Formats: sequence, C-alpha cells, structure tokens
Amino acid sequence: MSELLVVEDLTVTFPTTRGPVDVVKDVSFTVGRNETVGIVGESGSGKSMTSLAVMGLLPPGATTKGSIRLDGVELLGRPDRELRRVRGEQASMIFQDPLSSLNPYYTVGLQIEEMYRAHRRCSRKEARRVVVEALTQVGIPEPERRAGYYPHQFSGGQRQRVMIAMALVCSPALLIADEPTTALDVTVQAQILTLLAGLQRDSGTGMVFVTHDLAVISSIATRVLVMCRGEQVEYGEAEQVFAAPRHDYTRMLLESIPRIDDEVVL
Amino acid sequence: MSDDVLLRVRDLTKRFTTRGPYRRRNEFTAVDGVSFDVRLGETLAVVGESGCGKSTSARIVARLMEPTSGTLEFDGEDITHAAGARLARYRAKVQVVFQDPFSSLNPRHTVERILMAPLDYQGIAPKGGRRAYTRELMERVGLNPDHAHRYPAQFSGGQAQRIGIARALAVDPKLVICDEAVSALDVSVQAQIIELLRRLQRESGFSYIFIAHDLAVVRQLAQRVAVMNKGRIVEQGPCDEVFKAPEDPYTRTLLAAIPRINPEWDRRRRAAR
Repeated sequence: MSELLVVEDLTVTFPTTRGPVDVVKDVSFTVGRNETVGIVGESGSGKSMTSLAVMGLLPPGATTKGSIRLDGVELLGRPDRELRRVRGEQASMIFQDPLSSLNPYYTVGLQIEEMYRAHRRCSRKEARRVVVEALTQVGIPEPERRAGYYPHQFSGGQRQRVMIAMALVCSPALLIADEPTTALDVTVQAQILTLLAGLQRDSGTGMVFVTHDLAVISSIATRVLVMCRGEQVEYGEAEQVFAAPRHDYTRMLLESIPRIDDEVVL
Repeated sequence: MSDDVLLRVRDLTKRFTTRGPYRRRNEFTAVDGVSFDVRLGETLAVVGESGCGKSTSARIVARLMEPTSGTLEFDGEDITHAAGARLARYRAKVQVVFQDPFSSLNPRHTVERILMAPLDYQGIAPKGGRRAYTRELMERVGLNPDHAHRYPAQFSGGQAQRIGIARALAVDPKLVICDEAVSALDVSVQAQIIELLRRLQRESGFSYIFIAHDLAVVRQLAQRVAVMNKGRIVEQGPCDEVFKAPEDPYTRTLLAAIPRINPEWDRRRRAAR
C-alpha cells in the first residue's frame, strides 16, 4: 500500500527566554489511504503540535526539522501561499471546539461554500448544491433549510457535524481530527465516531485522530502513536500497543483509565 | 429509611424563567421532582449528560441556589430555607469542590489564606494556629507544606485541585459535594485524585455527592448512583446493579455509548503482567 502521509524525524522547536525548547522531538509515523492513525498523550505531550505541523499551521516563531510528505510531496519549508492550496484541498482539519472554529456572523452554508469555492472554480448555484450534499452526508436534517442557519442555532454535536462537512467538502485525501469529540457528551461522541468511520469507509480518506482518550483511540485507530513530553514513546499496531505495550509510560497510561466494567472494592 | 440518612432531598424542582423577544416568557424546568438520600459515609454519584440538571441539583443542595419547590433535610433538620446563623452552621458541614480549580481559587490569595477562608467565615480559630493547620491540611492532600505561601498559578492543575479539596476539608465537613471535580484532569492525574478522594473518605468518614458525566470514574468511587435525564432521576440504586443490569432505556444508551478498550487486548495485557 502506498503511504499517503509520511512524517520522518519531525522536530518542532519554540524559542523561549530560557533558550529553544523542543515541543516535538524526532517523531515519525505514516498514514495509509483508508487508515486511521491515533496520536495519544496527556496535555503538553506535543500531540496537537504534531498535527498542526502537518497542516503548516504552527504558531509564528516555531521552527521545524525533519520531513512531512503528503502523497510524495514535501510540505516542510514550502511557502504559505502553496500550503494554502494543500489545506482544505488535500488535507483538512477539525478541532475540539466547533463553536470557536465557525464564524458566528455567517450562516454555516456560506462558510462551507466559501471553503469549496476557494479551491474549485464553479458557479454559486453549483456550490450550493455541493453544500446541501455535504450537510446531508453528515446527517443534518433538512439540509436546504439548515444551510441558512447560524452556528449558534445548532447543538454541539451538530456543529461538529457541520465542521466535518466543511472539512470534507473538497474530498481531501487526509483528515486530521484534533480531539473532535472531547467536548461532546458520550452519546453524541458515539454518533460522531460512527459518522467519521462511515465517511472514511466510503471515501477512503486517511485520518490522523488526536486525543487524550485511549478508549476512543482503541475503537477507531488501526495504528497508535503514544507521545509524552514531545517524544514518541511507542508506535505500532493498535493491538500490539494495547495488548502488549513495550513502554512503561503506555502501560501506566492504560492502567490509569477508570474502567466501567471492573468490579471495584470500595 | 434507616437513621443513618445524612441528607434527605425530596421533590426538588428548579424552574428558570427567561425572557424571549416581544417579552415572551419561557419557562425551563432544569430540575424536576428530584428525590434522593445520602447516607453517612457513603458516596452517591449523580450522573447524566450536559443540561440534565445534575449541577443545578448540586448547587441547590449546597444552598448556592434557591429551589423553586421541594425540601432539603440535613441531619434531621429542614434547611431548605435556613438563613443567617443556621445557614452558616450548615455550610460548616457541607463543602463543595468545583471542576475548574483555577477559577474557584482566588489567584491573589496564598494557599494559606485560601485554606483558612472557610474557618474565617465560620469564625473558628484553627487548631494549633493558622500555619500549623495549613501545613496539616496540605500534607493530608499530598501537597508540599512548604508551599503554603505560594499562589494558585504556581501549581499544576492536579495540585490546584488538591488545594480545592484541602479547602473543603478545612472545616471538617460531613458532606463534600464534588461537581465534576476530576473531569478537567489528564487520566494519570485523575487516577491520583480519585485515589486521594477515596483515602480521605476512609480516614474521615464523610459522605460525597459526586457529580460527573463520566460513568467509568463514578464506578471507581460511588456505592450508589442516580442517573439523570432532562431534569429527572430516571434510575437510582447500588452502582453494581445499575451498571450490570440497567433498567431504564436511557441508562442503557448511556452505558452503551462509553468507548471501551477492546476487552480481549485488555485481558492479554493484564495477563502478561
């Protein structure tokens, strides 16, 4: 299988008053088409910085080393002008908080349409048709009418559906989901995970799923990268990482998850 | 009910009125006829999804909010409308630990001042003096007592939550209400705080009302659980029964939605240890 995304020895460094700090150190992983790779770690482990680096969205001041290749093309070091064409078209990202990622002043239909027309030359009529299609695909009821709604008129789960519709409207080859279900209730989380898995099956998108929740990772990822303090502590098939972790940190992380099915002596 | 009931809540209802456009009044019932008991030394968990009314119920029990109707009875005394000295006495026995330690700790106060605040409010002189009692409380929750003169911002999230817990313990309460007290923490830190909460209860024998949306966390802490949905308690009972054989369809949906690690992988990892 040809690899869609290849990250090799990625290092992200920030200048601080006490000298440069590596927030990501020598991280390497690959994502195939139709595959989901999970990145797990606690706060400050560098998991979000890794995904932002792939999108070329690191905060100003950050420097990178290593290599990030999408479909064989090197992304690191390319000017922002070119990366803008990659973002949305070939690689898209969804974030934890859909409310702060959507513009409150515009209807969701207009925002999805904007994304589509930034990459495809087409009439507004054609774009509107695509928007309705995208909203239908993510399970928004009455998509023609709801396209004219503002973000605040949707519930949290529906907003995340809108974000997914926007991210997938140009059929990107790679989707990066950074804690997409963390802010949601468990029942809604289950719906969104099912939706993402279904969309991926239909379109063959490669996915990077970033989360602190190992249980979520285990239900969605084929391969897992465990990060701690910017370092890659473990990387392997999900089954190996969960059933036979090689690193003590992974084991500790797995042991600290509270379990619903265990007997507890109080 | 036996005599060991510490808190008796009956038919608690809270309605909020909001004004829509054109002065239209909208009523919203956040808590709808909720009844439960908390026994001495036990942990009752109240679980449910956002907006189900679990936090509103907790706030009413803590007397931080007035109920529209219903009664609260604590230690045999009706405190639903207690005021003045009686309310102050109630507050000496019931303490709250909040979700976000940083927004519930005054950033301009030192740990010592924060921990002594409940005693200052009660007008109680700390035993052994302020400094010694602060050190004792900090040690109990696993903080370095030499840090008594630091400010909240100098602590990590887990440590700050320990300060919040120490403050709740300062007055030696009989009931501690934890409102999503471990929800904002990383799993490894969360596990430590859960262990701390269990140890403190073993040592002091107080009761917890543990408000949470994470049922797996609840399983680690509570003997009994009340499941809320849309302002009502849809099911309550011993944790083991509710989790193993849920009777209400909503409880079943909630349990089914929890992501789990492949049990086969889990079993193999544990066996290899």
